[in-house]
Amino acid sequence: MTALPTRKLEAWRYTDLKNLAAISFTEAKPAKIVAPLPDLGIPRIVFVNGSYNAALSTPPEFMSPFVKVVDESVLPLVQINAAHAHDGVTIDVPANIDAGAVLLISYANTEMPIAFHPRHRVVLGAGAKLTIIEVAMGQGVYWHNPVTDITLHEGAALGHYRLQDESTEAFHLATIRAQISATAAYESFSLVIGAKLSRAEFHATLTGPNASTHLNAAQLLRGRQHADFTSVVAHKAPTCASRQTVKSVLSDHSRGVFQGRIEVAQIAQKTDGYQMNQALLLSPHAEIDIKPELEIFADDVKCSHGATIGALDPEQIFYLRSRGIPEDQARSILIRAFLTEALEPVTHEAARIFLEDAIETWWARK
Amino acid sequence: MAAVIETLETVDALAAQKYKYGFETNIAMDAFPKGLNEDIVRLISAKKDEPEWMLEWRLKAYALWRTMDEPDWARIKHPPIDYENLYYYAAPSGPAPKSLEDVDPELLKMYDKLGIPLNERAALAGVESPNVAVDAVFDSVSVATTFRETLSKSGVIFCPISEAVREHPDLVKQYLGSVVSIGDNFFSALNSAVFSDGSFVFIPKGVRCPMELSTYFRINARNTGQFERTLIIAAEGASVSYLEGCTAPMRDENQLHAAVVELVALDDAKIKYSTVQNWYPGDADGKGGIYNFVTKRGACRGSRSKISWTQVETGSAITWKYPSCILQGDNSVGEFYSVALTHNYQQADTGTKMIHIGKNTTSTIISKGISAGHSNNTYRGLVKILPGASGARNFTQCDSLLIGDQCGAHTVPYIESRNMSAKVEHEATTSKIAEDQLFYCRSRGLSEEDAVGLIVNGFCKDVLKELPMEFAVEAQKLLAVSLEGSVG
Repeated sequence: MTALPTRKLEAWRYTDLKNLAAISFTEAKPAKIVAPLPDLGIPRIVFVNGSYNAALSTPPEFMSPFVKVVDESVLPLVQINAAHAHDGVTIDVPANIDAGAVLLISYANTEMPIAFHPRHRVVLGAGAKLTIIEVAMGQGVYWHNPVTDITLHEGAALGHYRLQDESTEAFHLATIRAQISATAAYESFSLVIGAKLSRAEFHATLTGPNASTHLNAAQLLRGRQHADFTSVVAHKAPTCASRQTVKSVLSDHSRGVFQGRIEVAQIAQKTDGYQMNQALLLSPHAEIDIKPELEIFADDVKCSHGATIGALDPEQIFYLRSRGIPEDQARSILIRAFLTEALEPVTHEAARIFLEDAIETWWARK
Repeated sequence: MAAVIETLETVDALAAQKYKYGFETNIAMDAFPKGLNEDIVRLISAKKDEPEWMLEWRLKAYALWRTMDEPDWARIKHPPIDYENLYYYAAPSGPAPKSLEDVDPELLKMYDKLGIPLNERAALAGVESPNVAVDAVFDSVSVATTFRETLSKSGVIFCPISEAVREHPDLVKQYLGSVVSIGDNFFSALNSAVFSDGSFVFIPKGVRCPMELSTYFRINARNTGQFERTLIIAAEGASVSYLEGCTAPMRDENQLHAAVVELVALDDAKIKYSTVQNWYPGDADGKGGIYNFVTKRGACRGSRSKISWTQVETGSAITWKYPSCILQGDNSVGEFYSVALTHNYQQADTGTKMIHIGKNTTSTIISKGISAGHSNNTYRGLVKILPGASGARNFTQCDSLLIGDQCGAHTVPYIESRNMSAKVEHEATTSKIAEDQLFYCRSRGLSEEDAVGLIVNGFCKDVLKELPMEFAVEAQKLLAVSLEGSVG
């Protein structure tokens, strides 16, 4: 098995996998479903402990069975996935079809540590449309290492909304690779509330003129949770746009990481690239590490990034208190306002409502 | 060492190639054999008449350097440096000059050509800017330090570091290597082993240094590395402004410059360190030029101390330089203002580190990168807030300007915060010179080149205004000269 990446690798300087490396994993057993699985009244694909579960699924059109492929990626986690993947979902939407929305659930429940490496593939023909709402959840100690490959042909549009609500003992390391052709649009949003340690790593490549991508995320962490959002957006054609906004709310001893890189090739003139990271530190022990990177080889571009890190603004708290709102409530109003703002870029209404509910549930767990 | 005849014609020819400091000076030189081993380290130490402890320190650094690898994380590319094919010591031959009268007139002429007011008689007569004391470092040794008497009246020590090792061993022992440890990195270890000269400044308690201090570095000899070492200490309540300038002749081969600069500011002390770095950048095809691998770091040890770095980097084939501040004292302040301009095949990987340790420490980073030709220009910076740095504040702005579509501009900031009451703000932009700005200037009768010069100067204004007056004027001219041929 390919070795796990260590912090000596620049791409992993802020996320240490030594706790994962120390676990010995056993074979997954059939699991009991002890939590209610979300149902949004749309086609549903359910994986349990890494394997497709036909009984729980109501598969959408255009879905086909898993086929193992050769993958020459240099990314260590993708290599591990390629070596071990034995299941996954493939959705291939033909040109000019609006395939609606699907719900993709990964559920895990295990007494002994298990690892699973699903390989998903999504291909949208020219002008096709699809929305995927993805949920990862479970109980126990496990390692979920999914790789999702997305190909969008000319003018296709994919909305990809991810809720990562894994067991707080679990490791979630997801890699999402998207090839985005001319005028196609890939819009993704990740809400991270679960897992002991997680990383979502996006590689979005804009290959034709006027392609666009939004890679947005919100991290809500407490306890000793660690969440890493890493993205590489490669502008390889002119007049493309990319947007990344990552907001982190960090309490207790939690640690948030944002690493974003915008690469602009010489041919990619008139690129419009933007990255923003905002972190709210709610505890003296929380930590945020960010590295927003620009790598630019074209001159006629508009690229920028920004970052702000700090606690809740004492003046805003004072303002609310002066209007008779108790401090606790004032703080909660401000945090929720910050989160509401984070969800603004989600254009799919059902997905946004689903994510808002997830935030409510997270809030109630406190 | 073989003397090279220099004629007015060659100077003219060189000037035509834009780098007007590219002349060689014809003076007799002493150089040790090529290559680096313990014997060379011992020779350098003996040549400088150093005490035993200094030699031991060097040998320790040398042993450490042998075990280290060249860093590879910066965005720079160069053929491997052959450390065995370098001279580690070169100096004008003969006994060290006792006073300015003893300095080789050729050397004085050279500094005159460079516009350095070395001749203090002229300066005292009011002929040239009288308020700058200069320490000139020629290849490996310090050749003259001006205004020493005036300075010593106020208790300021400003002398070559080799002299400080002999005359002020306690201060040197206490502070040398205390900010940049010998094993800090590959180049600092190399420097610690073979440094031959540089400046030493000590500003005593409560003294405001009566004039600007300045060091002028020049690499003259072929195949030499220059390894200068600068140590500046500002005691409680002291303040000093220090300027550094650099040039080198034009040569086809690359030359190595690996300096270490350490600043120490105690309670309420202020140090302002300004650099105009104009080492030979190589020709239009990327041939030749200086490899500039420099470690500069300041420690704000005392409460309310302040260290401010301002740099204008237009020279060198490769720049690898991260002037940093360690903000240990409560309420201490760190600043970094930088303009880095790369043209032709130059590569710059430069930035800063602000390490916030003390309470209410503040830092400001303003970086302006300009890339033209086939060059690559990277800003790399770290802002680190440690758990004890309550109320810390950082503001960072890095802007890049691209001129032409064959160059690269890169921004790699790292921000690590472990204190909730700290506030960190960062913004970065990349853009090109707007067509409408150019059109506006052209419609007012400016040539395209002048218009670009004007716009670039405006882009850099936030940094240039931090420079002392004399340097600001020079820096503006330098930017314009360095940009010649980048448009049209």
